[in-house]
Amino acid sequence: MAKLPKPKELVEEIDYTPPEGPWMETRPEFKPGTYGYGVKAKNLKVLGLPNQRDFYPSEEDWQLPDNWKEIFLEGMEDRLNRFRSFRLFMDICVRCGACADKCHYFIGGGDPKNMPVLRGELLRSIYKRYFTTSGKVFGKLAGARDLTYDVLKEIWYYVYQCSECRRCSVFCPYGIDTCEITMMGRELMNLLGCNLNWIGEPVANCYRTGNHLGIEPQGITSIFEFLRDELEEITGVKVDLPFNQKGADILVIVPSGSYFADPGTYTMSGELLLLHYLKEKYGLTYTFSTYASEGGNFGLFTSNEVAKRLNAKMYAEAKRLGVKWILGGECGHMWRVVHQYMATFNGPADFLEVPRNPITGTVFEHAKETKMVHICEFTADLIKHGKLPLDKSRNDHWVVTFHDSCNPARGMGFFEEPRYVIKSVCNNFYEMPENTIREKTFCCGSGAGLGSDENIITRMRGGLPRANAVKYVHEKYGVNVLCCICAIDRASFPPLLDYWVPGVDCCGIHELVANALVLPDEERGVRKRTKDLRGNPLKGYEDLVEEE
Amino acid sequence: MPVVEYKGKKFEVDEDGFLAGGIDDWCPEWVDYVKEQEGIKELTADHWKCIHFLQDYYKKHGIAPMVRVFSKVTGFKLKKIYELFPSGPGKGACKMAGLPKPTGCV
Repeated sequence: MAKLPKPKELVEEIDYTPPEGPWMETRPEFKPGTYGYGVKAKNLKVLGLPNQRDFYPSEEDWQLPDNWKEIFLEGMEDRLNRFRSFRLFMDICVRCGACADKCHYFIGGGDPKNMPVLRGELLRSIYKRYFTTSGKVFGKLAGARDLTYDVLKEIWYYVYQCSECRRCSVFCPYGIDTCEITMMGRELMNLLGCNLNWIGEPVANCYRTGNHLGIEPQGITSIFEFLRDELEEITGVKVDLPFNQKGADILVIVPSGSYFADPGTYTMSGELLLLHYLKEKYGLTYTFSTYASEGGNFGLFTSNEVAKRLNAKMYAEAKRLGVKWILGGECGHMWRVVHQYMATFNGPADFLEVPRNPITGTVFEHAKETKMVHICEFTADLIKHGKLPLDKSRNDHWVVTFHDSCNPARGMGFFEEPRYVIKSVCNNFYEMPENTIREKTFCCGSGAGLGSDENIITRMRGGLPRANAVKYVHEKYGVNVLCCICAIDRASFPPLLDYWVPGVDCCGIHELVANALVLPDEERGVRKRTKDLRGNPLKGYEDLVEEE
Repeated sequence: MPVVEYKGKKFEVDEDGFLAGGIDDWCPEWVDYVKEQEGIKELTADHWKCIHFLQDYYKKHGIAPMVRVFSKVTGFKLKKIYELFPSGPGKGACKMAGLPKPTGCV
């Protein structure tokens, strides 16, 4: 494992001076801490993916098939023909440089090949050489180069240093989405069995058990029972845990990170409390599934084909259980898959109804195609209609800022609902600077399968711009918690913030919602809430909790 | 896959030094090996309580327990777990018990 330098040392290492010599002749150095481990054969076997062997990126020999070059180029041709966006993005870049300083990996590292324009150029040079007349005739003069073993390794290194966050695409005057170039690059790498294990293993687990972590049904229910008991200690309410219930109105799908990893588990508890409240008060019927037990989809970081296979379980389970529509949890890239791919991957879901909130009557017209609603818009709708009694002061121990998680933000334009909910349940909310939020939000630096420990230096570098904006509101307003709606965020922010901005915590929105939600016994004055979902004292109850 | 040798036994390990064959390849010598790696002076009943709980949980559920479950069942606060296993519940305790490292949004 690479040793992580101290924050000050890492900042001092940032150097924006480009290396001497032409970029085509500069080879990447596979430094420990800047890339993830290669995929294991056992994980490739589960999905029947090509070139099944343990892959070690740091080794000279990648154990590729003899015809690796043909496989790569044929795969590229196939994709150029199938995806018009890919061919367009290969063709139209004018190298204006608008994107150059917009990538968090470039800002936090200074490697020019992390400029989106140059990241794209790595693959574009191959496109030019083999698929354009100018490149075939003029070669290097036309920006073309041969696909060699070294070039392949270079492309690999940089497609796994892009978190597919799409920030650069916001600034491109042509709308080139480097994320989609990275996705194609990764598809080609997967034709040669060159995935990261941090992606390959969750994918294999998900295909086998239904979730990235490989948790089996009895494991899932036992975790939920644990969360239920903890929640009961705080609130006095023993929430229902409906699993695999046929005939429920709504199927609830959350990322497995929410019910396995802290602080996501508090978000999960918050969602459990809210849903139980709605059941008791308004008769909402819902169910979780031990089969569709993952909202996330690391297939998206592998290939369209794998993403489609993993995504299929959502509709299959909704159909089997006979629910009306699907409610999705606080997950990031799940929403990119749902919003942009699911309907064409596995639709039409004509056996489901256009989602309608049975409590408020609101019809979620925009979800007509996918039949899937984000829990934040569901909650925002409930609040707007006055269906939730809320006591904002129960979050007074938090001074909150909101991180627009990349995929809900740029993948589906989800900006207002999370803010509306946060402002309805918290008194202290402050925005980070304008250039770092909403569609210009900065990535956590660990998305798209880059969140492994061994990739720690790239992660801390990539997360620097986001952390820097957090530092600004931390120092200016005393912000002590970064709220976000993505499980990768909730896993990657704690170490990132510890490193760059110690003293700032991380949470999901529904943790805050559940803190503020006034339960029936509390409304009647029979019981008082003295602790938040984490078991920490609410403001004004510090002494009481101490005495316990 | 790299192989480490310890007290006449050979263990296949992954890049992070976790037992590649998982719990099936686990044996007391592995515990001694990790103990040495971790710089733990003496293995106490508390260490064994953790190891046994992790292995039982893993056999039953196919995954390591969440940290909060681990802490609650053993009765050890996170600080105490770090005292027992300096690399923490994942890289220390799970490694010693022969469990794999969880992957995904974690």
